[in-house]
Amino acid sequence: MTTTVPTTVTTAAESLVQIENLYKRFSISGDFLEQLKLRGGKLVREQEHVHAINGVTLDVRKGEALCVVGESGCGKSTVARTVMGLLSPSGGSIGYQGKRIDNLSDRQLIPYRRKMQMIFQNPYASLNPRMTIAQTLEEPVRFHNPKASAAEVRDKVYEVMQSVGIDPSWGKRYAHEFSGGQRQRISIARALAVDPEFIVADEPISALDVSIQAQVLNLMMDAQEKRNLTYLFITHDLAVVEHFGTRVAVMYLGSLCELAPTKTLFPSPRHPYTQALLSAIPRLETGRPGHIKLKGEVPTPVNLPSGCVFHGRCPHADERCKREIPQLIATDEGGQVACHAVEEGRI
Amino acid sequence: MTEQVDILEARPSAWQRLRDSHLWHSFVTDRVAQLSLLVFVAFALMALLAPLLAPFNPYDPAQIDILNSELPPSWEEGGDPAFWLGTDAQGRDLWSTILYGTRISLTIGLCAVALQAALGIVIGLLAGYFGGRIDSLLMRFADVQLSFSTMMVAIVVLAVFQATFGTELYQRLAMLMLILVIGIAEWPQYARTIRASVLAEKRKEYVDAARVIGLRPARIMFRHILPNTLSPILVISTVQVANAIISEASLSFLGLGMPVSQPSLGSLISSGFEYIFSGAWWITVIPGGVLIALVLVMNLLGDWLRDVLNPKLYKG
Amino acid sequence: MALLEVNNLEVRFGLRSGEVSALRDINFTLERGERLGIVGESGAGKSVLGFSILNLLSRPGYIAGGEILFEGRNLAAMSARELRSIRGNRISMIFQDPMMTLNPVLTIGQQMVECLRAHRKISQQDAKRIALQKLKQVYIPSPEKRFDQYPHELSGGMRQRIVIAIGLLMDPDIIIADEPTTALDVTIQAEIMDLMLELCERNNVALILITHDLGVVSQVTKQAMVMYAGRIIEQGPTREIINDAQHPYTQGLMNALPQMAIPGQRLNQIRGSMPPLQKIPAGCAFNPRCEYVMEVCRSQLPEFTSSGGCRVACHLVAKMKLEEAAAQRVEEAN
Repeated sequence: MTTTVPTTVTTAAESLVQIENLYKRFSISGDFLEQLKLRGGKLVREQEHVHAINGVTLDVRKGEALCVVGESGCGKSTVARTVMGLLSPSGGSIGYQGKRIDNLSDRQLIPYRRKMQMIFQNPYASLNPRMTIAQTLEEPVRFHNPKASAAEVRDKVYEVMQSVGIDPSWGKRYAHEFSGGQRQRISIARALAVDPEFIVADEPISALDVSIQAQVLNLMMDAQEKRNLTYLFITHDLAVVEHFGTRVAVMYLGSLCELAPTKTLFPSPRHPYTQALLSAIPRLETGRPGHIKLKGEVPTPVNLPSGCVFHGRCPHADERCKREIPQLIATDEGGQVACHAVEEGRI
Repeated sequence: MTEQVDILEARPSAWQRLRDSHLWHSFVTDRVAQLSLLVFVAFALMALLAPLLAPFNPYDPAQIDILNSELPPSWEEGGDPAFWLGTDAQGRDLWSTILYGTRISLTIGLCAVALQAALGIVIGLLAGYFGGRIDSLLMRFADVQLSFSTMMVAIVVLAVFQATFGTELYQRLAMLMLILVIGIAEWPQYARTIRASVLAEKRKEYVDAARVIGLRPARIMFRHILPNTLSPILVISTVQVANAIISEASLSFLGLGMPVSQPSLGSLISSGFEYIFSGAWWITVIPGGVLIALVLVMNLLGDWLRDVLNPKLYKG
Repeated sequence: MALLEVNNLEVRFGLRSGEVSALRDINFTLERGERLGIVGESGAGKSVLGFSILNLLSRPGYIAGGEILFEGRNLAAMSARELRSIRGNRISMIFQDPMMTLNPVLTIGQQMVECLRAHRKISQQDAKRIALQKLKQVYIPSPEKRFDQYPHELSGGMRQRIVIAIGLLMDPDIIIADEPTTALDVTIQAEIMDLMLELCERNNVALILITHDLGVVSQVTKQAMVMYAGRIIEQGPTREIINDAQHPYTQGLMNALPQMAIPGQRLNQIRGSMPPLQKIPAGCAFNPRCEYVMEVCRSQLPEFTSSGGCRVACHLVAKMKLEEAAAQRVEEAN
């Protein structure tokens, strides 16, 4: 098959995807007419926004599995969808191998589409119920290789189906004839069908049962090894991250708290939020090593707290945390953390 | 690389799958649906085979004798066994005229709905898929269209046409005009239904997956989203055909529909109305009964389909 | 007498395609203040079990056999009226989705007072006093304010607390919690689990915790049972099951957890997936997925074998126990 974008020779730690100072807001004020309000006898236009991402900078390195973790509403899925161009950023930029891609038109994006693919969370919604599995898998192959003959397309579909452990003779069936785990395999097959180099996986296993989760994770790891894939893996499950991730990015309320190699993050988390998150994982061990209790609840992303977004729940917060937004600083362990207390050596 | 242990059982044949489906099951247990479908199929056959079934051709003046006018049905006193449902004021065999009239009514109903559906589906898909300004614009347009009743639009358009181009041209183009007017007046029904389903489908991840592949919006709309909105389309289509037939009948009754020379069920009812008090009740009542039966079974079928296909009532 | 005793419970679903058994041969007892975990993947029948204990099954499901004795009275054979006096009063239930329990158009307070006055003849003021006290018990900040709020004004974690408070209103003997924390974030999940543990201990309430999460079970419950395809396959003290699982499915489930593998290496997966109710294989339901499958597993349903404090339904375990006993006899004879 032909490659439309020239690839350069890469080194091991070369950055593949660059997320620069990304912002994303969603308006929650309805359409134009609903935004008009009377204020003191004057007609003004008012808009309220959900601040889903607030200045996230990340780079995904070639060959790694970068895991983004955080609780619901922290903006991790929004990051994934913005990287894939399903949402356009309100600020900042997305780059792929140094070329900016967030401002490209649909047509200009097509060469990148075959390099970047996505796996979705809900195996029951991510396959078109009115298409057979073969149709679902043939579509991307045909679209990106318009010159391919019918036999070539069939061979490609056969190959990807086999590589995800789905019997190619089942191609004539519809998605509802398969179990959740099998559908997720098919979903992975669709992503692999165009031979991508980068895959964004948005909570790909959280809708599956434990025994099936293991199957799907193994499949993704096998694919990574065989096809030299790079993953951006979005999840809320820290146990999976520990197993799967090369590096971990912890998000809270649309901001990046900590970014560190998995090997160092789990034994020595630096950010107070990461510490609380890690201590809350239910473990099989006897006894209960008391988890760190956070006060209060996650504030709404409509009115962001001033300063550090975590200050209201942080046991180490002081005046500076309420005023000043912390910047990412490098730690001794090779990670980065955005916390005044860590910077000042208080924790 | 991954062991293959999930075994799907042998795939049942298409007929077997239909037999196992929810649709089939609810059909075989629902007497009303069965009867309605039977009656509807009978009507459809009547319309389709009218030239074969009808003993006379009501469009052929050579076969009409004015002396046979207003003959009562054959079982009534004074009836002629040749005309079992009697004749109308012009001496046409009522049975033959009803067969041809059903044909015209159904044709107008189906064509008008096809037009409505084509307009409504395209507009609904565009509004639902693109959202934002396009959506607001198209839907406000639909609101405006809906705020005029179908009958009002039809009466104004048809009356103006008749006055401008004369009755003769109008009579030649009556069927086309009725289809156009009824078809254009009712598209917002479709557009709104489609838009609502598109909004629901658009949020599903298979649409995102199609976008990630890089497919163009038109392909996503027609290849991916549209097939998943077919259930509501089917449901409203049955009801809309019934509505279109009623609209046509009403317009014909008001003298704006099909000409007397080519009567639909509506114009037949209308033409007999003058004679109802002179005792010739059959010219109005029999086509009226046929019209009611036709519309009723279509509405019953529509109700049944809605119950079966409504995902809120049935999850499976 | 045990507080709750379930004997040979069988639940069936009358489907178009025929009758299927959703639960079979369910036997367990629950003592006052005991905490029992029911573990299984989706389709194992654990939620159906939760519903059938309160006889809450709705068509096409029904209890086809066996008995559910609550203080010696059979819930499976009770009239609807008698059942109402037990549901929500002596046994209460907490669901995964708090909005299933909470009525969105009534305030928290209205719902709690209504619930109290439905079961007890008390004044509005007394009901409110009890309700506020329960809200305090579940650590709802400023309960007076929450009392007058609607469910949608609260966060997910807060709603689940309210549901727990409602569950506690009548000082029940048993709480059945069906995946109470699955919809919540990890930090909130840990708090809610701590809270449930504390409340059960303080009020001597028995807890039946239905979950897919082995970690949660291991931290909260004393007894546990593992379900597969409508049957119990292993039951006994939680510690023993977690530390020394006997059934190959339980072992597989545990080994499939990412914690159990070396980071970066393949996880220990169980092949295949749970069969649907209509297509449960003959013999041991787990046999097509089992690594240690033997000929007998394909034809014969395994009986329970005692192993330590546990009961395990597995031919392999039975065989190993027999061999152990035989070896011991040989040793003794020598």
